[in-house]
Amino acid sequence: MDTTINALEMKAVDIRRSVLTLVKEGETGHTGSDLSCTDILVALYYNILNIDSKDPNDPDRDRYIQSKGHAAEVLWAILADKGFFHESELSTFSKFGSRLIGHPNNKVDGVEMNTGSLGHGLSVSVGIALAAKMDKKPYQTYTLMGDGELAEGSVWEGAMAAAHYKLDNLTAIIDRNGLQITGKSEDVMGMESLRAKFEAFGWHVIDVKDGNSMSELVEAFEAPTKTGKPKLIIAHTTKGKGISFAENQPQWHHKVPSDSEFAKAMEELDVRMEVLANER
Amino acid sequence: MSVEKTNSVANRQVVCDVLVEYAGQNRDLVVLTSDSRGSASLANFAEKLPDQLVEVGIAEQNIVSIAAGLAHSGKRPFVASPACFLSMRSIEQIKVDVAYSNTNVKLIGISGGVSYGALGMSHHSLQDIAVTRAIPNLQVLLPADRFETEKMFQALATSDEPAYIRIGRNPVEDCYDSSDYNFEIGKAVTLRNGNDITIVATGETVRIALDASDQLREAGIEARVLNYHTIKPFDSETLLQAASETGKIISIEEHSIYGGLGGAVAEVLSEKTGVSHKIMGMPDEPAITGNAREIFDHYGLNSQGVRKFALEMVKEHVR
Repeated sequence: MDTTINALEMKAVDIRRSVLTLVKEGETGHTGSDLSCTDILVALYYNILNIDSKDPNDPDRDRYIQSKGHAAEVLWAILADKGFFHESELSTFSKFGSRLIGHPNNKVDGVEMNTGSLGHGLSVSVGIALAAKMDKKPYQTYTLMGDGELAEGSVWEGAMAAAHYKLDNLTAIIDRNGLQITGKSEDVMGMESLRAKFEAFGWHVIDVKDGNSMSELVEAFEAPTKTGKPKLIIAHTTKGKGISFAENQPQWHHKVPSDSEFAKAMEELDVRMEVLANER
Repeated sequence: MSVEKTNSVANRQVVCDVLVEYAGQNRDLVVLTSDSRGSASLANFAEKLPDQLVEVGIAEQNIVSIAAGLAHSGKRPFVASPACFLSMRSIEQIKVDVAYSNTNVKLIGISGGVSYGALGMSHHSLQDIAVTRAIPNLQVLLPADRFETEKMFQALATSDEPAYIRIGRNPVEDCYDSSDYNFEIGKAVTLRNGNDITIVATGETVRIALDASDQLREAGIEARVLNYHTIKPFDSETLLQAASETGKIISIEEHSIYGGLGGAVAEVLSEKTGVSHKIMGMPDEPAITGNAREIFDHYGLNSQGVRKFALEMVKEHVR
């Protein structure tokens, strides 16, 4: 058993607990979307990103832009855990006057840009990665998009520009869970083949078959870049991952669990944690 | 200052000159164009400082987001894109990526108002002041002439706040004698003194206000002229002083009568005073097409039009 991967997997269980608690206590949140990309964010924040909560504005830090801003709860859970703010502040989530709102808010250390309107993050990341090229700085830029988001035309403006400027210091990740509020993404607006589309746009594309597999995600992030090409990781994820009754259910996009659902979800996470502990 | 001059230097040319100067001293100053370097008169910038020019193609949403990303990483981006597209097509990127995220992006709406008069409503920007003015954390500026453009861009080159600046396409007659004066963002300039009526203008209509003031003087009326080069933050103090001293106000702008300079003036006056205020601007309809001068004349946006309303208002007041 790879101890690094095992530790990351255990961290992901912990973060899922925090996400559910945030949504439950805040009485709002995008539960399914959070759980879908929890493993991606854990891989990034605990294994890939060069960031330090003690120096959140270090000019050489890696940048993470969460284009799918609605999955804010998972970001808050992680930033608190990483020490960007005190964990006690989590209890203010969604409450009157809180900094911790339903979308990333750059009044909080660790949040680079405000997002929430879909289709902005890739273009913003192009600007950040382009600045790194101009200044010959080594930092990497990462952006996470949802798959429903790809219907926004601005995404493709950004995709074009990233390839045009040969931004091999930029990695975009698509949280390809196949669902959005209305139902299946392919029914709402067909977008396949994503790989062929991005390759045609000049990107280096990596498919991650199980986008909730920590080992597969880490391998994809660590895969060497192709010189002159921006990198796209298509993570084939499961919406609501980790909670049996929420998995692949579009209504869990922004559902708040009932008391019994919350208790059952926490039980499932406890079982998962036990399994991982035994694997050590 | 009433001496008529024939100026052949367009404000956009001055913008380029100032940006070349400052960008030469600070390599973080970058210009972004959307296939617009020609219409923005930025070809010279592109030639002299190619590494500081980012071309994004015809993609106005992208240009604003990329500029926001560049600013977030320490650059000082100036976006130059036609005002009609920049202020409408990318208004959400302006709201979220620039104003809300608080990135130091300067948005230059080129060929503003009815500069592209004959091209039709698609190319007119007569709502840009209204929409940008309603967004928190975004300054809104319009220079009156080449001297003010120079002063304004010198100030912008070193300011750290997000701003939208509307620039016309064609040369305008001078309103100032030189650039040897103090310019301050957010502070209106009293270009003519007078206590009978106040004419409030911005951008290319400042020259019209000055001409109207000269004509009114011949009719025995002393019209004060206020140049609102900054529409946001709005200088309420200068307006309220004029309101109390002259009692009557005409505002004139190359913009819809809704939500622009007239809107800003009305908001201040209605809250604080009971002066009569005539809003002169473009009516709430697709503007007629033609060259800018013809369009201005068609809607009475000229010195004779101002004079006519001023005479009516002053006479009414006397009765």
